[in-house]
Amino acid sequence: MSDAWNHRQIRELAPALAGGEVSPVALTEQLLARAAASPLNAFTTLLPEQALAEAETAAREIADGHYRGPLHGIPVSVKDLFRVAGAPTTAASALTARTPSPDDAPVVAKLRAAGAVVLGTCNLHEFAFGTTGEDSAFGPTLHPLDTKRSPGGSSSGSAVSVAAGLAFASLGTDTGGSVRIPAAACGLVGLKPTAGEITCAGVIPLAPSLDHVGPLTRSVADARIVYHAIRDKSPSPILGKPTTGRLGCPRPYFFDLLDTSVRVVTEQALTRLTDAGWLVTDTPIAHAADTAVVCLHLVLAEAAAMHAEGLEHQPEDYTQGVRLRLELGRYIQAEDYVRAERGRQVLTAAVDAALKGQSALALPALAIPAHRLGTEAVDFGATREPLRNAMLRLTQLFNATGHPAVSIPCGTTPDGLPVGLQLVGRRHQTDQLLAVAEACEAVLG
Amino acid sequence: MTVDEWLSAAETDAQRRRLEDLTPLLRALAKATATLRAAEWNQRAAGVHEDPPSRAGSQ
Repeated sequence: MSDAWNHRQIRELAPALAGGEVSPVALTEQLLARAAASPLNAFTTLLPEQALAEAETAAREIADGHYRGPLHGIPVSVKDLFRVAGAPTTAASALTARTPSPDDAPVVAKLRAAGAVVLGTCNLHEFAFGTTGEDSAFGPTLHPLDTKRSPGGSSSGSAVSVAAGLAFASLGTDTGGSVRIPAAACGLVGLKPTAGEITCAGVIPLAPSLDHVGPLTRSVADARIVYHAIRDKSPSPILGKPTTGRLGCPRPYFFDLLDTSVRVVTEQALTRLTDAGWLVTDTPIAHAADTAVVCLHLVLAEAAAMHAEGLEHQPEDYTQGVRLRLELGRYIQAEDYVRAERGRQVLTAAVDAALKGQSALALPALAIPAHRLGTEAVDFGATREPLRNAMLRLTQLFNATGHPAVSIPCGTTPDGLPVGLQLVGRRHQTDQLLAVAEACEAVLG
Repeated sequence: MTVDEWLSAAETDAQRRRLEDLTPLLRALAKATATLRAAEWNQRAAGVHEDPPSRAGSQ
């Protein structure tokens, strides 16, 4: 079979599968072979026998006229933080058992019910507590465009599996940006839906009040296909399919410290959107400068609580960076967690206020292009910032507030590295955000 | 407990637990905690009660 389909979108492939032009079995065989031979370390477990059996079932059902929809026969991958039947849930940690899971997390079961073929589980930053994918019991995930660089994380393997043509979509998790950050670094679409829209049951928690499940895909249309398959609730109302609209640009704080090439590409994208008829206006978010301290106290305290048992009994089994951050969380005082919760309420109201009269907010998703492996700090002019802080700065606010946010590709740096534009919508209106994102994608694509 | 008192106690405890590498992270956290405590939106018993902004619903 030709490999011409490997980098296509689900929306293009689905009609070919439905019409019998492409065989799910041949497609799955090809991707399994590519994944097994890939040097990028995207997968922690491949499930060849299981995936081929699922593909054969899909082929039979489609041939018999029982087509389930656009995910039927589509090979996908899942971050190794979700229960996936037949694969161990390792969280990329030496701490976890290597016993295969007997069942699927509900979102994985929904993917299968839609006909998707699960190829295997994907590498990640240990326990999703990091932004690079470098701290993993399986070794670092490598960027498909430059193997000396990180694809971003924590959903590093998920992003690489899609970007490298090893899967057509992947499920990730996003606690501070872990879907949107690798999506931006790898030139993909990464969606964090509204908080609570997609169940996190069967997913190892990091910080439960901030954790979200979301897809990584090659287009907004594909993100919508996966999102519709896995969400718990009925569709949110779409107020109309926009071709243009109003974008609020929160420059203070979010544009203060950006890599020069990211700034140039982002400004060019905003200009292109303006030229296409979008009204882009400066729209500050009140108290945005407090984002990092609020999120830090929430995530550290919650993650320490989730890992109290592991820290007591198997501390040496964590990678050093993850263990130290978890230990740090044990020193957060209750009164400061309460203050951070108050800050979350204030910031939520501030984002709601900024969205008034806007189709969406528009800002960069990631302040830097894909970084070189081993980087510890980033220089923004005279300001040096720890890498983790720099990578989280533009995304984590919307985990705390629960607003839906999506990163879409908006250009490349002079070195050919992707840059992501982040769009943020109203809470409980993820479909409307996707409609705005699709219209922007049509201009920027 | 003030942030300085907390940091001193935390550093001592981390050294007792042989987690010396935690010291720079604790110092960075202390700065963040001081910023958090200084935020103008913090509620204080000396002030009047104020209902928090609602997270329910959407706009």
